[in-house]
Amino acid sequence: MAEVLSRPAKSDWVPTLLVWMAVILVTTVFVWLISDIVRHGLTQLSWEFLTTAPQDAGRAGGIAPILVSTLLILGVCMAVSIPLGIGTALLLAEFTSVESIFGRLVRRSLDVLAGTPSIVFGLFGLAFFSKTLGLGFSILSGGLTLACMVLPILIRATEEGFRAVPPDYRLSAAALGLSRTTTILHLLLPAAAPGLIVGLVLGIGRALAETAALIFTSGYVDRMPESLLDSGRALSIHIFDLSMNVAGGDANAYGSALVLLVLLIVINGTAVWLSEHWLHRKIIPL
Amino acid sequence: MSRSRTDIVLVWSLRGCAALAGAIVLLIVVFLVLESLPALQHVGLARFFTDASWQPSEGLYNLTPMLWGTLFAMAGAVLVATPLGVLSAMFCHYYAAPVVARFYRRLIELLAGIPSVVYGLWGLVVLVPLIGSLHPPGPSLLAGIAILTIMILPTIALMADAALANVPAHYLRGASALGLSRWATIRGVVFPAAKSGLFTGVILETGRAIGETMAVLMVCGNVVQTPANVFEPIRTLTANIALEMAYALGDHRAALFVSGLVLMAVIVVLVAGAERISKGRVYG
Amino acid sequence: MSDISLHVGFRPWPALKERPPCCEPHEFIRTENLSIYYREKPALENVTLPVNTGCITALVGPSGCGKTSFLMCLNRLTDLIPGSRVAGSVRIGTDDVLQAQTDVIALRRRIGMIFQKPNPFPLSTWKNMEFPLREHGVRDRVEIAETVEKTLRDVGLWNEAKDRLHAPALALSGGQQQRLCIARALALNPEALLMDEPCSALDPISSGVVEDLITSLRQRYTVLIVTHNLAQARRIADHVALFWVQNGAGQLIEYGPAKDIFEAPREALTAAYISGMRG
Repeated sequence: MAEVLSRPAKSDWVPTLLVWMAVILVTTVFVWLISDIVRHGLTQLSWEFLTTAPQDAGRAGGIAPILVSTLLILGVCMAVSIPLGIGTALLLAEFTSVESIFGRLVRRSLDVLAGTPSIVFGLFGLAFFSKTLGLGFSILSGGLTLACMVLPILIRATEEGFRAVPPDYRLSAAALGLSRTTTILHLLLPAAAPGLIVGLVLGIGRALAETAALIFTSGYVDRMPESLLDSGRALSIHIFDLSMNVAGGDANAYGSALVLLVLLIVINGTAVWLSEHWLHRKIIPL
Repeated sequence: MSRSRTDIVLVWSLRGCAALAGAIVLLIVVFLVLESLPALQHVGLARFFTDASWQPSEGLYNLTPMLWGTLFAMAGAVLVATPLGVLSAMFCHYYAAPVVARFYRRLIELLAGIPSVVYGLWGLVVLVPLIGSLHPPGPSLLAGIAILTIMILPTIALMADAALANVPAHYLRGASALGLSRWATIRGVVFPAAKSGLFTGVILETGRAIGETMAVLMVCGNVVQTPANVFEPIRTLTANIALEMAYALGDHRAALFVSGLVLMAVIVVLVAGAERISKGRVYG
Repeated sequence: MSDISLHVGFRPWPALKERPPCCEPHEFIRTENLSIYYREKPALENVTLPVNTGCITALVGPSGCGKTSFLMCLNRLTDLIPGSRVAGSVRIGTDDVLQAQTDVIALRRRIGMIFQKPNPFPLSTWKNMEFPLREHGVRDRVEIAETVEKTLRDVGLWNEAKDRLHAPALALSGGQQQRLCIARALALNPEALLMDEPCSALDPISSGVVEDLITSLRQRYTVLIVTHNLAQARRIADHVALFWVQNGAGQLIEYGPAKDIFEAPREALTAAYISGMRG
């Protein structure tokens, strides 16, 4: 792209300088941040850290029950949002025309949902899932709240995936007398899979990073959960608690932060690898 | 034919999914309003802006200091992050070799994925003492602006990147053929063409800055006051909810829900604005 | 092939002598005052056209005069276009297929369609053939294998593809892909084939191969082919119908046996188009 534009003129030195200064500033801050986390977190990382329970309010010990709780919350979130998300995306991409009022209403509400602050989700989860539905402070309550948060991200990416499938496939499938259901299940879903995966990953990333929505819904308890109705502490909440409420908890907070970062990088990387691998196999441009 | 019946079943179940998904926002608003009612009835909307201060234990519910806190933090962050983000995007497209651009873009994508608690942790342990050594106390509006900037910068950069990528190549070739310098092309051709995409990104990230809770809670000091300068601690609306919800009862609790409602209203306005600018789907 | 006739809509091929030879007017498809509107703007108006069994009928005329829309009416593919409205009647055999109670899926088995750009599914060649067969009720693996081989031989693709049946169909050349699409439609044992400029996206050599294939389909199937290429129409068509835009919508100007259209057209417009002076 840089070759498309002419070389910068002499008088262009101001914008060029600004650009380079901005980039250097940004890179410096971020390298500083990441190296700080890695440096402090690496000292805490060990097998024991990942497999033992926290002791002494988390200053010592590990994060095993926290990891389990996090996984369970994530599981509930995905189990609810994936079917709902794919279904809605399918409807928006395949069954509604651009002017349909129903489609526009749904899209508007999803846009607002996507911008809603996480603390508002926390309030909603508290009022609806915890209080009205009687789930109290529980993994179920937290997972359901996160599902509401993650839904718009999932839907948008999945819908893009469906729209990327060329219209020719639908026409020739119809001309062959295949039912809509068959066309969707056997042709469109596999072809849209890369978009789905991207949406999934973005959603998981958002869910893992969430704190404010979980404080009032899944609670603070750092014991190993016995059921979905137990309260459980997510990784992000553990980091928050250790750094703000527990004096001397910084070390383990860094360790937990590093674990969280590694988890996110692994998930992201897997998705990129998967979608490239699949892209080569499934979507061959004509 | 059973096949068309399957189709009908499919369409109706999909409609059900979409209706459920679309209803969530309504549910949220309904429940926020329900929980806010006690405060709106007993305290009344006007007092949220006119009471002496925010002291729920004494029945005082002035939200204004928190509103200023949120506004200043958001404005500062957006004012700093937008140019940095746009300059970063310009770098990737027009100033960097492809290898460097790819690396930088990867870096930005990585940073867009870092959770807010982690930013808050770093801010608390590294940034706040740093500011404190410059000018006590440390936890301050400045720390909040800095952390928010770092948080919204990557997304603004990525959205600007996408907006710049959408500028048709033949515009650029035409400009080169006319002998326009690089900066003249960017200023005169690229920015006008990418305007709506850039604005949309900025508006959405403004919403994000307003709604951010954890990181600002960890670095801003959480003192309820209207700041006189950037080194004073503040409390944002979101941090207020997070801090006090745990022990709030009755009217106090309802008042916190009212502030949640206010946040929601601001977001709706921002999203509507973004939609008008991008003329269609905002997240598309 | 004994089980195929049990599946609704499938008819076994009658022996060649049972089919009326082409040139004897024996109608299979007939449209009466067919009109198509896209968002109330007419694309085609009052087209009354008979199509004879076993013949190749070419629809010619400049772009935008509704030939493709006409084809899409015949297998109700217009249902998929938002804002479209069809008026008039389309008789296929004894049924008016525009009626609401028509089984559209069975209709699309009787009438196959080939598109301008070859569009095999992103699956292997084998799966491209097997998938529609399975969907229409053919489950027996032996039967499927026989049908696939027979149809691929029919289109001349068997020798080229038999060692690559499980490789992606998109790896085939353009001409091979188009022949695969034809085979895919033929495997369902249709009575008629609708072809929308099947050769225009292909190079001249592949185009010739596909054209030979289409000619070989005469008498076994009723073929409607939309083409811009008058030379092609001259080579392969038994009947020709000329479409033109008049009064803001596509109209049928003239139709008849190819010999008549090319040598003694009734309409002045037809004469002008054929001789290259218009269009």
